[in-house]
Amino acid sequence: MMQQLAQLTLNGLITGTILALTGVGASLVFGIQRVPNFAHGEYLTFAAYAGLLLNLAFGQNLVVATIGAMCATALLAVGIHFCLLRPLRGRGLVAMSLITVGLALMLRDVVFIVAGPQVREFGIDQTAVFDLGLVRISPGQAVAIAITIVITPAVALFLSRTPAGKAMRAVADNRDLAAISGIDVDRIGAYVWLLAGALAALGGVMFAVVQGIFDPNLGFQVLFLIFTAVVLGGIGSAYGALAAGIVLGLAMELSTWSGFAGGLDARFKPVLAFAALILLLLYRPQGLFGKARVL
Amino acid sequence: MDIFNPAFWIFIAILAGIYTILSLGLYVQFSLAGLPNFGHVAFMAVASYTMAILVVRYSVSLPVASALGVAAAIGLGLVMGIPSLRLRADYLAIATVAGGEIVRYLAMNFPEFTGGPLGSIGLQGPGQIASYNAEWQSLLDRIAAALSAIVGAAATRDLAMAMLVWSVAVLLLFLFWQLERSPWGRVLKAIREDETAVTAVGKNVFAFKLQALVLGAALGAVAGLLLAWQIGVFSPDDYQPTLTFYAYLILILGGMNRLWAIPVGAVAFSLLYSGTRFLNFFPLSLIDSGSRAFLRLFLVGLLLVLFMALRPQGMLGNRRELLLEK
Repeated sequence: MMQQLAQLTLNGLITGTILALTGVGASLVFGIQRVPNFAHGEYLTFAAYAGLLLNLAFGQNLVVATIGAMCATALLAVGIHFCLLRPLRGRGLVAMSLITVGLALMLRDVVFIVAGPQVREFGIDQTAVFDLGLVRISPGQAVAIAITIVITPAVALFLSRTPAGKAMRAVADNRDLAAISGIDVDRIGAYVWLLAGALAALGGVMFAVVQGIFDPNLGFQVLFLIFTAVVLGGIGSAYGALAAGIVLGLAMELSTWSGFAGGLDARFKPVLAFAALILLLLYRPQGLFGKARVL
Repeated sequence: MDIFNPAFWIFIAILAGIYTILSLGLYVQFSLAGLPNFGHVAFMAVASYTMAILVVRYSVSLPVASALGVAAAIGLGLVMGIPSLRLRADYLAIATVAGGEIVRYLAMNFPEFTGGPLGSIGLQGPGQIASYNAEWQSLLDRIAAALSAIVGAAATRDLAMAMLVWSVAVLLLFLFWQLERSPWGRVLKAIREDETAVTAVGKNVFAFKLQALVLGAALGAVAGLLLAWQIGVFSPDDYQPTLTFYAYLILILGGMNRLWAIPVGAVAFSLLYSGTRFLNFFPLSLIDSGSRAFLRLFLVGLLLVLFMALRPQGMLGNRRELLLEK
C-alpha cells in the first residue's frame, strides 16, 4: 500500500508538472488576452507531432526533438497571435472564444489529416523499467522527472527574477497599470505567447512520452485539466498556475489510492477534475489563494 | 451516392431539420438571452439516453419515454443553470463545456447503466443487441404507406422522417418567432443588452435567464431524440463538444440575430457537412476518403474563424443587434 502511495505520488508529480508548465502559459495568456484560449490544447498536440517528426523521421534524440518542438510551437503560437488573435482583439468574449474554438478544430484536424488518426509512439523503449525499490519508472517518466526538477524552478526563477518575467506577470495582472508604468505591452504580449507556446510544447512532448502512445486528441484531452489548473491558481497568476497544476496532478492521482477510503475508480478521474473546475468557477473564480476582485 | 440522387437530398433535409431544432435551442439561449452555452450537446445526450434506457430496460412506451427524456434534459438545464447563470460570460462558457464533458464521460464510464463506449446497442449487456426505435420505425412505415397514395414509389421511411422533422421544425420556429415578439422575448433581449437596466425596472433577470436556458434545453432534447431515432444506434462519441459548435456555426452562417435565418444556416451547414464527399477532385483527391472526415471538421473550424473575423453578422444577419461586439 505504501508502495502504491509512492508510485501514485510520483505519477501525480509528473502529471502535475505537465499541468503546471502548460498552465503557466495558459494563465498568462488568459490574463493578457482576457479570453480563454480553447486552442491551447492543440499546441500540445502540435508539439507532440513536431517532436515525433524530428524523433522518427530525422532520427534526432528526445532532447533535440523536444527543443525543436518547443521552437516550432512557440513560433506557431506567436504567429497565430499576430495573424489572428491580435487583429481581432476587442471582439468580445464570446466571439473570441468561438474563434479559438474554430482555430482548435483547424489545428487538430490538420494534424489528423497529415499524421493520420492511428496511435503513435516516440522511438524510446517503452518496456524498459527502472526499479528504484519503492517505485518503478519507465524511461519516459524518467525524462519527465528530469524536466520537472530542472525546468519548473527555472520557469519560477525566470518569472520572479528577470525583467521580462516580471513584466509578463505585470501585464497579465493589470494591463493598463503595466502600460502606464512604461512596459511595452504589445512586445510583452508577443513574449508571453512565445513562452506559452514553448511551455505547451514541453508539456505536450512530456505528456506523449509519459502516456506512451498518443493520437491527435492528445491536447484536447488535457485542455480542461489545464483550464482547471489556471482557475485553481487564479487567472493571470503564474505562480498560482504552477502550484495549482502540481496540486491538481497530485490530487487526481492520489484520489485513486486504496488507502484513501478504498480509492476512487480511476475512470472517474476526469469527471473529478471537471467537477472541480465547475465548483471553482462557481465559488472561487479568483482561485484558491487569490483575493476577490473584479476580474 | 451522387449529387443528383434524391436520397441524398432527403438525407440533407433530415439532417438540416434536426440541426434547425438544435440551433433554435441555442438561439433562445445565446441570441436572445446572451448566454454562451458551450455544452448544448449534453441536453441531446441526456434526452437520448433517458429515452433509450427507459424503452430498452423498462419497456416503457416510446411517447412516455420521450417525454421523460425531454423532462430529464430540462432537469439537467435546471441543475446546470441555477448555480452557473450568475457567472460572467467566459466562465459560463468554460463551465458549460465542462458540464457537457461530464455527461459524456459518465455515459462512457457507467457501462452497466449506459452501455459504456458501445452505446445504446449495449444497453442489455454484452452479447445482446438492444434497439429502442422499433415503435418509431413502425410509425414512419405508417406515414410512408399513407404517402405512397400521393407520391407512389418515392414514399420511403426517410421521406416520412424528413416531412415529420420539418413539420416539427416549422412549428417550433413559428412558436418561438411569436415568443420572440412577445413581451417575454423583449425582456430577454433587454437582458442581453444590459442586465443592470432590466434589474432596475424590476424584472427578475435570473428567472428569465433560467427560462431561456430551460426552453433551449427542451429544444436540444427534441433534436437529440430525433437524431437518435434517425441514426438508430448512438454512443457517447456522438455527443462530442464539437456538435455544440456545429450549432454555433449554423447560427453564425445564417445570421446571429435572425430566427428565420436558422433553417438557411442549417441547410448550408448540412450541405457542407455531407458535401465533403463530393470533394474528390484534384488536389483534394490526394487526401484519402478516411481523412476527408477530418477535412470536413477543418472546414467547420475555418468557417467559424472566417465568419467571426470577417462577417460576424452572418449571411443574412442584422449588424445592429450584434452582441458579439461586447
